[in-house]
Order: sequence, then structure tokens, then C-alpha cells
Amino acid sequence: MEISRHWRLRKQRYGLMGEICPHCEAKLFPPRDICPECGGEAKTLYQFSGKGEVYSYTTIYEPPAGYEENAPYTVALVKLDEGPIVTAQLTDLGEEQVQIGTPVEMVTRRLRQDGDERGMIIYGYKFRPVGLGPH
Amino acid sequence: MRQIAIIGIGQSPVTENWDQSIREIAGEAIIAALHDAGLTSADGIFIGNMLSGQLSKQENLGALVADWVGLRGQDAVKVEAACGSGAAALRLGIMAVGSGELESAIVAGVEKMTETKGAETTSALATAADADYEVIQGVTFVGLNALVMQRYLHEYGWRHTDFAPFSINAHANALHNPAARLHEMITEQDYQRARMIAEPINLLDASPIGDGAAAVVIVPLEDVRRKFPSQAGLKRRNIRISGSASATDYLAVHSRKDPLWLAAAERSTRQAYAQAGITPADVDFFELHDAFSIMAALSLEACGFAERGQAPRLGLDGEITIHGSIPIATRGGLKARGHPVGATGIYQIVEAVQQLRGEAGATQIENAQIGMAQNIGGSGATIITHILEADRVN
Repeated sequence: MEISRHWRLRKQRYGLMGEICPHCEAKLFPPRDICPECGGEAKTLYQFSGKGEVYSYTTIYEPPAGYEENAPYTVALVKLDEGPIVTAQLTDLGEEQVQIGTPVEMVTRRLRQDGDERGMIIYGYKFRPVGLGPH
Repeated sequence: MRQIAIIGIGQSPVTENWDQSIREIAGEAIIAALHDAGLTSADGIFIGNMLSGQLSKQENLGALVADWVGLRGQDAVKVEAACGSGAAALRLGIMAVGSGELESAIVAGVEKMTETKGAETTSALATAADADYEVIQGVTFVGLNALVMQRYLHEYGWRHTDFAPFSINAHANALHNPAARLHEMITEQDYQRARMIAEPINLLDASPIGDGAAAVVIVPLEDVRRKFPSQAGLKRRNIRISGSASATDYLAVHSRKDPLWLAAAERSTRQAYAQAGITPADVDFFELHDAFSIMAALSLEACGFAERGQAPRLGLDGEITIHGSIPIATRGGLKARGHPVGATGIYQIVEAVQQLRGEAGATQIENAQIGMAQNIGGSGATIITHILEADRVN
């Protein structure tokens, strides 16, 4: 993968930086330049809190290339408190059984453990159950 | 637009085909379709394919295949819309012949998927999803469908085993389709015990990949009797494409207002129904995109055959079998005929033509007049619907 491809997403990956529509105030993540609610142009940055709850989840037993080391791992649709849903891995689960509705919060973790052919290590958001570990 | 008829069909079996390259598989289906039509050439060739660049390191399939089948010089191009590539190619063929730009076209779908390592094929398939916001998280294509199915079970209260009839029906029908990848009956117990891939999706919820190609020959309906004497000699029913519509949705599942509703299926089907002047009650069979059992359920709901959240009831009541009110996967579907992704949409059309011609053997639906085929690219992002009708023989 190309370095610039990941570099330009750093605000999203490390900080859940989305957008707010200046016309209808819809909050958008991932950012998209046209508001899906009102069709207006939406480029105003908006910082998401990183809090949300599990909307759905699954365990990946047959991972794609580059993710083998962590399998099986849990991926979820997380509904952020501000409205949008994001796809993200759940982490720091310990013995806890994930359920739909489990409150979670964003943390920064390594997304790909292997680097890649250029030796790059990609970090980004994952979510963990609220109340676990130091904040 | 001129009305379009399908006058030739051809397919190669869906298999793990180590003997043939992508051009050979495509060529086999195309030559069979031309032979079936009684033709030796066509003005244009549209090739539906998703993965040739990634898995065969081969692009420019239009020229590659035209060259291979001896039709150098003709207008030929590859069409890509992930797993919906086949139907996307057909739709372009219809527009080309319907508009009068071409007088005839071969539309084929081809895919070669079994030569690469599993993880590599899995990664290639995942390119149908959002690379920056879905795939980077390690979610696979199966995983995306699993997220949808898990939520579906939660919202509507079905048990996983309530989806078994979708897979059992597909396997039962594929038994009678020589071109199908899987020829084995399965039971509910087999379904319950199958190996987990991405909870709650197990191996028997998921369609198998494979190598394969299917092809059809299309011409203007008005020309069938006049310009193609071989067709008159066959005394076949004319197979007419009475509806063709494509719609898109948010690419990423997480962006959809309701991840349990295939808005693009609803939209494209509504348009296709209007073009054909029919309602869901008029559809005699439905070749849907059962890449996963949950997708069969969501398609039945969005296309008007079941209320929201109620599709598993159709399966449990036997309505999806060839004797039911809305037969699906009548030749095995993606689940058991197999899912050579970019070819699948054309396999569906070939199978629908078999049904409408009365050539579906042991899974023939009595008096089949109207068939619908629906091909999906991504987990609901591109959805293309075709309605085929057989003219009554007088």
C-alpha cells in the first residue's frame, strides 16, 4: 500500500475527525463532501467523541492477507453517540462477551501487524468496552 | 429503445478448473452461446469480470477474449461492478443493441478464482467494499454479511437455523444442474453443524467461489424471425428482456440508514417491474443473489415478496422451492451452482432462459412465463435487475 494513502487519512484514523454539514447540521463519519441528508456541500470538520455502542458484531475466522496473525478477531458496526455507524475492530475484550448494545469507546491500535512490503505499520481506531483499562 | 431478445446461451461448469485459463473458459461459453444461436459472430462483446487483474494479472479482457474466439476487430470491452459485473455487462449490451448502435452482441461473464491462495482471493473480493473505511479494519466480505445477519437475527428474532431452507433448497436444485459446482443434498442438521466462518455465517450460509463463464447472444426482438432463420427453424419460444434496471446505494454498509434494507434492490426492481408492466405476483421464479443466506432474505424483502423481516418464513413454508409461490435458485443459485463472481450474473440469465424455454429438466417450473434475475455488486451497493419473458407459442 502507498504511504500517502494512509497519511492523508491520519485525522480520521487517529482522531475520528468527521464533518458537520453547515446547512442541516448532520454529523458525518467517514467524511464525505456532499451531505447525504440535504445534498449540500459539507466540508466543515467535526470532532467525534469516540463514544458509542455495538450495533452488530462478528468474529473473523478466515482473515484477509495481512491480518492472519490476530485471527480470530472481532469486528463490529459501532453506532457513535453522534449518530453515524463505523466499521471497526473491537479490542481489549478480555473475557467479556460482546453483545449488541455494549457501550464502547475509541482507542488507537495497530491495524495491521505485519507492516507490508514497505515495512509500514498502520495505526488507527479500534473500540473497546467502556470501563476497561486506564483512560 | 428496441426490444431485446436472447437467442443463444452457453455456459461452462463452475469448477476448480486447473486445465483452462481465463480466456479458454470464456471462449468455451461464448462459442457455445454462438452455436446455440446459430451464429458465428456478433457486432459487440461485453465481458463481465471483477478479478482478472488481481488474480490472473490480466486486464484488457475485451480484446483478449475477442482475439481468442476469432472475433478480432469487433467492439469488445470488460465491464466491472464487483460481483454484479455480469448483469452490468448485460445492461450495457442491452443499451448498445437497444439503441441501434450495434445489431447484435455477445454478453459473457467470466471469473478465474481458484489458482490463488485463500487469503489472497479473500483480499481481492474485499475490494468490492470500502478500502479506506471497511477493509482496512480487517473485515472480509463474509464479515460484512455476517454483521448484517447478526443484526437481522437480533432485530427480528429469528434463529440461525431458520435460514436453513435457503441453503437446502439451493443444494436440492443444483443436484439436477450439470453445470453446478456442488452436487450434494444437505439437511438441516448439516446446516447447523457446518464450520463457522464469521459468526453467525457458517460454511453452508456461504456460496462457494469457483472458475466459470456463461454467455448469451442478444439481438433486437424485431429481427429474430426476419434476420435469423436458424431461430425460426428451432421453433423456440422467443425470450424477451422486458425489464432492465440498475441502482446504487452507499458503498459501505455502515453508511446506510438501514443496513437491513437493500434500497438499491427496491429501486432497481421497481423500475424493472414498471418497464415490464408487472407486479411481484406475476414473477414465476426469481434467480436472486444468494451469495449468503441473509442476502437471499434481504432480496426477497426488498423486491416485494416478503414483508420486512419476514423472508425466512417463505423458506420455512416451502414457498421458495420449485413448487412454491416464489421459487428461487432454481438451478442451484449462488449457494450451490457456485459464485464465480463476475460470471454469476450471466449464469443467472442462462438459467432463466433454460426455465423459460422449458429446458430446466428436473427443476423445470411448470408454465414458466416470467422470470426475474438479480445480481448484486458489493454487499448491496450495486443491484441490477432483469426481467425475462417467454412469448407464448401459438
